[in-house]
Formats: sequence, C-alpha cells, structure tokens
Amino acid sequence: MFHDLIGSKSNKVKNFVEHGRVKQFAESIGDLHPIYVDEEYGRKSKYGRNIAPPTYPRVFDFGVLEQVKLPSKGLIHGEQRYIFKRPLFVGEEVYCYTELQNYYEKTGGNGLMGFVVIKRYGEDPEGNLIFTEEMTAIITEAVRKAMKV
Amino acid sequence: MNSLTQIKVGESLSEVTLPPVSRLDLIKYAGASLDFNPIHTIDEEASKAGLPGVIAHGMWTMGNLAKLFTPYHEIGFMKDYQIRFSGMVFLGDVITLKAVLSEETENAFIFSVRAVNQKEKDVIKGKVVFAKH
Repeated sequence: MFHDLIGSKSNKVKNFVEHGRVKQFAESIGDLHPIYVDEEYGRKSKYGRNIAPPTYPRVFDFGVLEQVKLPSKGLIHGEQRYIFKRPLFVGEEVYCYTELQNYYEKTGGNGLMGFVVIKRYGEDPEGNLIFTEEMTAIITEAVRKAMKV
Repeated sequence: MNSLTQIKVGESLSEVTLPPVSRLDLIKYAGASLDFNPIHTIDEEASKAGLPGVIAHGMWTMGNLAKLFTPYHEIGFMKDYQIRFSGMVFLGDVITLKAVLSEETENAFIFSVRAVNQKEKDVIKGKVVFAKH
C-alpha cells in the first residue's frame, strides 16, 4: 500500500542537542555517565565536550512524510539500526529528515504483513552526515483492515 | 570485571542486571523520548491493544543496552548499533544486558549483544561495531 511512495523524503528540520534534554534522556535509560552530563569531564575528554547517548536521536524531529499515513496504533517495532560517523555533541545543531526507504509484504502465520522501512538522517549545518537511523515497523493484517475502514 | 581493553574474542563485557522494570521507568522514558504511545504507560490502553499489561518501549531496552559501552568513550564509539526486537518486556521483568566480543579488527571491536529477561529469553538481540578512535 506504500509501494508508490518509496523514496519520498520529508522536509528538513533543525534540532538542537540541548544539555538538559540529554541529561533527562541519559537518566531515563539509567546511564548518567559524566561524558553525557558533566561539562568539566566533557572538556577533559577526547571530544573536548559532552556527547549524547547513541539512541538519543529518538528525541529529534525528523520532519513529516506528508503522504505516508502510518497507523497511530498497532505498529510493531521490528528492527532498529543506528550508524554514526561520530558521536553527537551536546550543544550542536543537527538537521534531520526522513525517507521512506522501502515497503514490502510477506504472508505469515498471522496473514499478510507489511514491512515499512523508514530511514532518518542527521546532518551538521554544512550538510555533512552525522548519523542515520533505520527503523523497520510491521503492520499486521488486523491493523491493515482497520486502516481501510 | 571484564573491560574492553582486556577481553578476547569469545569473552563478555561485564553484564549489567537492571532493577525490575517499573511503571515510573516507562513514564520517565516516555517523557524523555517523547514517545507517548499509551501501551507503554496505561493499563487500559495496553489491554485494548490485546496485551496482558503495559510493555516497555523497545527503544528503552535498546537505550539501556548501549550503556555497556559508555565507559569506553576514550577508546572508541558505537559506529553501528543494530537491534531486532524479539520479545516484550513487562512490568516487574528483570532484564540483563550482555555483550560478547565476536571479532576484533584493526579498526573496531565487533560485539554480539542482547538483553534477556528473568526466564533467559532474548527480548532484544543484535550487533555493535565499536570503532576505535
């Protein structure tokens, strides 16, 4: 149902890696390491500043894929992959956007399932890639039926 | 205690066992990640979705697992972190985080990683490429 939209991209959105948000996020995953939160520690580190946890991009706004109407309920998160050129720095601006990378269907024990592969990108202000995030979500037959109502 | 600088292929980083998953853990993660899908926090919504109870955000578990590598930020960084979500995590579950070194190259340590529940069942499983600086 999304075949025709493969390759479509969202607008780019400017995000800011903010110290307080990073601290809150690090705490929520039980990882209040000083490399994330202690400025003095960050200054003395290899990076000369604080970095953000690898799954922190979860909080970014990656824009909206206007035509791809995913169900708000019932999506199953199947896989997640992050690829980094370098860690994210606290205090930097990151420009983020989303692409519908793939859509395919498979028939399994629970009927026809749709696999949506969403790829998200984070770039620095000069347009250099910092990271990508790839998420595979599964739309089950029950949810597909509900979407058509 | 096994640290990244000492381990050999086939050996593990020191495991971490988390306290039993609490509703407050999931409320905090919802607030920090802005993922307010109510199946993670509200019993009624979880049961409407056909679940026996609220389940943890998959990304909460994935976020937790990454902390096995945080202490080694002076050695390198997580260049590639891929996970398959294979089981649900419920309130009260006790999750243990594991990483086994599967390969070491000139530029990276490659780990097989997983988080298991108290029944030793995998809830997430995947791979980390930890690039050396």
